[in-house]
Amino acid sequence: MGELKLMKGNEAIAEAAIREGVDAYFGYPITPQSEVIEYLMMERPEERTGMAVLQAESELAAINMVYGAASVGKKVFSSSSSPGMSLYQEGISYLAGAELPCVLANIVRGGPGLGTIQPSQADYFQSVKGGGHGDYKLLTLAPASVQEMADFIELGFEIAFKYRNPVMILSDGMIGQMMEKVELKDQKPRWTAEEIKELNGTWAAIGKPEHRERNIITSLDLDSAKQEKHNHHLQSKYRQMEEEEVRYELFDTEDAEYLIVAYGSSARIAQKTIFLARQKGIKVGLLRPITLYPFPKKPLAELARQMKGILSVEMSAGQMIEDIKLSVGCDIKVEHFGRYGGIIHSPDEVLEALEQKIIGG
Amino acid sequence: MDIKDIVKEENLVYTKTKLMTDNILSYCPGCGHGTAHRIIMEVVDELGMQEDTIGVAPVGCSVLAYEFMNIDMIQAAHGRAPAVATGVKRTMPEKFVFTYQGDGDLAAIGTAETIHACNRGENITIFFINNGIYGMTGGQMAPTTLPGMRTSTSPYGRDLPSMGNPLKITELIAQLPGTYFVTRHAVHTPAAVRKAKRAIRKAIELQKENKGVTFVEIVSNCNSGWKMAPVKSNEWMVENMFPYYPMGDIKVDGELVEKK
Amino acid sequence: MAKVQGAIVVDVERCKGCEVCIPACPTDVIELAKEVNGKGYHYLYMANPDACIGCANCAIVCPDGVITVYKVKKIVKI
Repeated sequence: MGELKLMKGNEAIAEAAIREGVDAYFGYPITPQSEVIEYLMMERPEERTGMAVLQAESELAAINMVYGAASVGKKVFSSSSSPGMSLYQEGISYLAGAELPCVLANIVRGGPGLGTIQPSQADYFQSVKGGGHGDYKLLTLAPASVQEMADFIELGFEIAFKYRNPVMILSDGMIGQMMEKVELKDQKPRWTAEEIKELNGTWAAIGKPEHRERNIITSLDLDSAKQEKHNHHLQSKYRQMEEEEVRYELFDTEDAEYLIVAYGSSARIAQKTIFLARQKGIKVGLLRPITLYPFPKKPLAELARQMKGILSVEMSAGQMIEDIKLSVGCDIKVEHFGRYGGIIHSPDEVLEALEQKIIGG
Repeated sequence: MDIKDIVKEENLVYTKTKLMTDNILSYCPGCGHGTAHRIIMEVVDELGMQEDTIGVAPVGCSVLAYEFMNIDMIQAAHGRAPAVATGVKRTMPEKFVFTYQGDGDLAAIGTAETIHACNRGENITIFFINNGIYGMTGGQMAPTTLPGMRTSTSPYGRDLPSMGNPLKITELIAQLPGTYFVTRHAVHTPAAVRKAKRAIRKAIELQKENKGVTFVEIVSNCNSGWKMAPVKSNEWMVENMFPYYPMGDIKVDGELVEKK
Repeated sequence: MAKVQGAIVVDVERCKGCEVCIPACPTDVIELAKEVNGKGYHYLYMANPDACIGCANCAIVCPDGVITVYKVKKIVKI
């Protein structure tokens, strides 16, 4: 068993990054995720593992520092929160276009605009549908515990390098700020220069030896036919992700007549709702998407056949509900419930919504 | 003496460095970019640093620099090259890392990245090509466009009260403690090219000493944007650009050069 | 006494006829040809080859790197 600690989500993700053997973190302070860079600065990872940590002058600079370190085949991590993540979007589009791996975390707060510093899940569209320009997809992981904040660092880098694509850990201010027990993995060594050459030497811009072709990191091709071909290649990667990377969790669904679909903090709250509902004899279960992209379309469609109705619970005005509806079609009732603008819904509110919108509606 | 008796391998004096690819340069006839590319690559070649060099070229005429420089390169978003280079250098400190940026990129959209990379004293080299105009997008006004200069977005000339003043970004970053060597050159004559090349060599060699940013500005022409023949544009550059952007060292060994 | 004799070879198809090299030549060796290359540019050639001293000034200022320079020292007997 790994080392057990009581940590904030933001601290756990930072500690996990050091232990993963990450080469660099670049970031900019923003509430409610500043503990990530604060923890890293306090821990002196340059002494623990040689990991570089730098506070950039802006989110624009931070994401482009990520782009630079990713271009040379390094493991690079960054985090921000909603308004900052909006500034990351240009860089994310370039990262996806140039096929660069990295792991990013968005500790979401309420918006739009400067919004609030309280938790929210209103950046689902930005992350899952593409917040930047062009046809691209972000592998999006939604942690529902401090443990998953830590665990998704390792998983994130695994799939980021498998597909050479950015990975987004879409968390929120509640999970970032709350403290829980977390089991930490043992320290992994950082990749050596030889390992990077072996693993990423076919594409990373690590310096051209005389007798190899240049490695060029770019998202540009002025020849439209070539650019279309590049896009076909990207789309084929996304299809592969949809085949191989769908992750989700089921809770009390065996006998369920009603289904709640919720991720992250909302999934935690929904578990309590299910407990309360079952005390009243309402058979309700939960599907918790762990990957928001790729969305668990098939398992949801299958599960929907036994259900009388589905409630999408999100701390937003209703964003994931669009993917639920696309997954299950028109034959089943799907409704949204969620508080937003920084308000966290209570289990009772969710139960009330289930009774009114789905069961009684 | 017959030419074919002279044109022999053993009599070779000068040929294009193998660190420039054979791709035909996308630059307009007479554009200084090609010369600047070539002398940077000549120095990298002469120092035997091909495998140790990583270049970053962001948006602008030189966005396709990776087609011409025979090294590993990274194409960056508009203005972000110093941040990208920071990410490279912080994780590969043993490499020679440079950016190659135009005036719109470095002194307008990327001003923050430029100033902060310089202020942190990143151990990178910045090559700054200043032709006072946005070449690639068709000759719009740049931060370095001269007072009264006509461009497609200042068709009646740059009007200082409404459009602001030309930005002497090189003098500005020279004030920062993180810059170690700051110099300004041109590549329009053989003598200028030789001087510029010496400065480039110095900038590259100094990076190994980890003393901060080394910065070489090259004032260049944009004959298409300026709507002049190439030779005429070089003459115009000497008459009009040089008084505003004077040639020579601005900061040497971390000390500002006293102007006489 | 020794006198130098130079010669240049121009990559005609890559020359864009910008003429930047012409004022750089100290001995007025080079001119643009009346003919054009495949891209339609009048290209550089040695109009006065005997005057070439192989100084490489033309090649040094050539933005497109199209000029290769050769030089020999020839012994002139008086």
